[in-house]
Amino acid sequence: MKEVTRKIPKKDALGLLLGKPVYTDDIAPENSLIVKILRSPHAFARIKNIDTSEAEKIEGIECIITHLDLPRNPITRAGQGYPEPSPHDWYILDEYVRYVGDEVAIIAGKNEQCVEEALQKIKVEYEIFEPVLDFEKAEDHPSIIHPEKESHPMFEIGFDAEKNIAASYEMEIGNIEEELKNCDVVVHQRYYTQAQAHVAFEPHTAASYLDMHGRLVIISSTQVPFHVRRIIAEAFGLPIKDIRVIKPRIGGGFGGKQAIHGEPFVAAVTLKTGKPAKIVYTRQEVFEATYTRHPMRYDITLGATKDGKLKVIDMQGLSDTGAYGEHALTTFMVAGSKTLPLYNKVSAVRFTGKVVYTNKVPAGAFRGYGAIQGNFALESTIDMLAEKLGMDPVEFRKKNMIAEGETSPIFKIMGEGREGVEMFVRSCKLNECVEEGMKLINWKEKYPRVKISETKIRGVGMAIAMQGSGIANIDMGAAILKLNDDGSFNLLIGATDLGTGSDTILAQIAAEVLNVPTENIIVYSSDTDLTPFDVGAYASSTTYVSGNAVKRAAEKMKKLIIKEGARKLGIEESKVDFDGNYIYEINGDKKLPLKELATVLYYTENQKQLITDASYVGEESPPPFMAGFAEVEVDIETGKVKLINYVAVVDCGTTINPNLAKIQVEGGLVQGIGMTLFEDVKYSPNGKLLTNNLMHYKIPSRLDIGNIIVKFAESYEPTGPFGAKSVAEIGIDTPPAAIANAIYNAVGIRITSLPITPEKILMSLK
Amino acid sequence: MKIKVIINGEKKVLDIEPHEILLDVLRRYGYYSVRRGCDTGMCGICTVLFDGKPVPSCSVFAARADGHEITTLEGLPEAKEFAELLAEEGADQCGYCSPGLIVNTVYLKKLKIKKMDEAKIKLIGNLCRCTGYEGQHRAIAKFLGVEK
Ligand code: FES
Ligand code: FES
Repeated sequence: MKEVTRKIPKKDALGLLLGKPVYTDDIAPENSLIVKILRSPHAFARIKNIDTSEAEKIEGIECIITHLDLPRNPITRAGQGYPEPSPHDWYILDEYVRYVGDEVAIIAGKNEQCVEEALQKIKVEYEIFEPVLDFEKAEDHPSIIHPEKESHPMFEIGFDAEKNIAASYEMEIGNIEEELKNCDVVVHQRYYTQAQAHVAFEPHTAASYLDMHGRLVIISSTQVPFHVRRIIAEAFGLPIKDIRVIKPRIGGGFGGKQAIHGEPFVAAVTLKTGKPAKIVYTRQEVFEATYTRHPMRYDITLGATKDGKLKVIDMQGLSDTGAYGEHALTTFMVAGSKTLPLYNKVSAVRFTGKVVYTNKVPAGAFRGYGAIQGNFALESTIDMLAEKLGMDPVEFRKKNMIAEGETSPIFKIMGEGREGVEMFVRSCKLNECVEEGMKLINWKEKYPRVKISETKIRGVGMAIAMQGSGIANIDMGAAILKLNDDGSFNLLIGATDLGTGSDTILAQIAAEVLNVPTENIIVYSSDTDLTPFDVGAYASSTTYVSGNAVKRAAEKMKKLIIKEGARKLGIEESKVDFDGNYIYEINGDKKLPLKELATVLYYTENQKQLITDASYVGEESPPPFMAGFAEVEVDIETGKVKLINYVAVVDCGTTINPNLAKIQVEGGLVQGIGMTLFEDVKYSPNGKLLTNNLMHYKIPSRLDIGNIIVKFAESYEPTGPFGAKSVAEIGIDTPPAAIANAIYNAVGIRITSLPITPEKILMSLK
Repeated sequence: MKIKVIINGEKKVLDIEPHEILLDVLRRYGYYSVRRGCDTGMCGICTVLFDGKPVPSCSVFAARADGHEITTLEGLPEAKEFAELLAEEGADQCGYCSPGLIVNTVYLKKLKIKKMDEAKIKLIGNLCRCTGYEGQHRAIAKFLGVEK
């Protein structure tokens, strides 16, 4: 392969690095009204009265919009395929406010200052209710967070608003209780994971204006431009055709921008005033009023026979979706569907639980999407079980984990919010990942612990993980390829590059098919007027789903070039091929440069535009796999854990661009390490998020991460474009369990709630 | 009010409000490489050189720049070389944090820092949420000529 597997820089690299104006705030119309949101100081209340009269008098204020001024259509902000598996329980503005930070009013004015002043002058009378702040008490709580009758699910998801339940799920294969009786060893453990914050460094930003036809144009830092268009249309009762959404470059997403956030507020202002408007969230707003990861609780029961065969997995969960049910069911199901197939030889497996509302910051999509929560619980317990069996945890996994050519009934039973699809795993190099990882970390020498000094002990631990590649039968991506008169190509894709490099790797795929340099492919993406549909950047879909669409469009283009070239050469099509430069006679010497054909087709003979398109929906969602190995040093005096080494060996199929794949894994690992060791979330007793800035919410710095070693296993996924699977999320999944296991192996204490702080370690040591 | 500053070697008179922050003024005047990543002076993304020394421009009143020299990424000729090294490593993902990192690293090169540990300590305030830092470190080592 020439273009695929090339380590070329991202197409947008220099523009981004050299600070060109490319993000939403840089390109928002210069005369945009500044939009800010008055947010609720209460965790749960009803707005009795809003008096905006004083605020409206302030010089420069253009409009103040309250819930009385807007259509009240129940929608979900979750940027998912339609109909969404999330309940429609959100209103642009509502008379209820359901968390500290919930939107009360939209203010627009000509500068920051007057808008800030107006925020202070709006008088709101609230009827305050007792908030639901403990997700373990939500179900039977006297306060009902969504008492309104309009909120509803789009199909059966186990929604029960009166019990504060956004979604629920259960499945069982075999008989857990019966099978447990046949097990020689049984372990049970409960785990908690926290509401990690995304901290994408570009804050959520949106701008809007009316074009000359009076259509609403939204520029947004979003992962899902086509879903934004549909959801905004639904929220305002506008036809989809009257809206255009453009995603420029965006400063990170990680799931936090797989939703609408600022878009409806600028749209409301532009629709009301006819003027351009923009909103740039403050960092505090991003923390308090966008998304977090769903905090979850899992009770795991595992059973095995004494020969080391895993027989039973039971996972009972509870997830906290915060004030709105966005991604509630799907993140919960993924905690099972992207962990349970790892151990596909069990006799009985069960996954049940509920996702409850609380009066906290809404939870949403976040890289890993439930899999990291489930992985922490399951992979920690696997180590406990191996210990009870007296087995090396790596050997135990090797004996029980999934292998190439095998399947798991989970694939069919658990999809995302619906049934999944049956699938045999065509590429799985998990065993190679584990072997290679053991070597790189030097497991044989270091397991379980090495004493460094009287107070410092090092331990190693590991975990395995899987993810998916898009949502089978649901996620669609499309591509258009068009030939220019100099022989270059425009590639138009709906796929959304968040900084991941997807524009570049999709161009590499097209270039590989056409046998041209990637530099000859000009990419334009994510503009609902100009590019074909794509669900957007989530569920690790772009390389696999959009990549397959691009590959097909390029194959069609190659055929078209051969057809038109053959006609020009005056030879039969079957006797002609195209090598990237020339259309040539296979057994002869007639040839025609592509550039010449292109110019002729544009201007002189048989004139036409060569253009092809293709769509792709995955029939399967081939999982990438990985093994993660952590080496930690625990200071038993201070409880501090220092990460010394983290080894990740990944099977993501072919790496279309090995540099970009590597950075994806490294970035995912460090976010996972942050969730494991640093990123603590605290609320005040009345439900205000206290860790709402980077001083109190610590993400890893460059000194916190130790050595990170990433390797890729040789692997080829037959259904993927040139053998590729996804790589976006898999990196984040293993650190919680691998590090917790390493700490256990070092000092013999098992931490079961994240993050693993020095306090927790000291408390357990005592 | 008006302030006189030298930005990227050019003499300028800027019209500002007394309460305005340097970051916002620089953006208003078209220096878009200067970006805001936090509200608390913690991310390093907004770094510019103030009389040749790196400062977070989100934590400086614009009025304080009166009579001083400001250099943004746009005014650093060495930026391109480092940017290309980052690009070769794939060490730019969203790129949002890059200008601050580049300004600071170019400064380290001027200080002739050649030890990776020292560079990492000096760059600890430049946060990145995308890359996991490793790719940046590979590029930084090449740019500073870190001795192995
Ligand atoms: S914007 Fe974060 S330090 Fe200045
Ligand atoms: S590249 Fe996105 S924050 Fe650093």
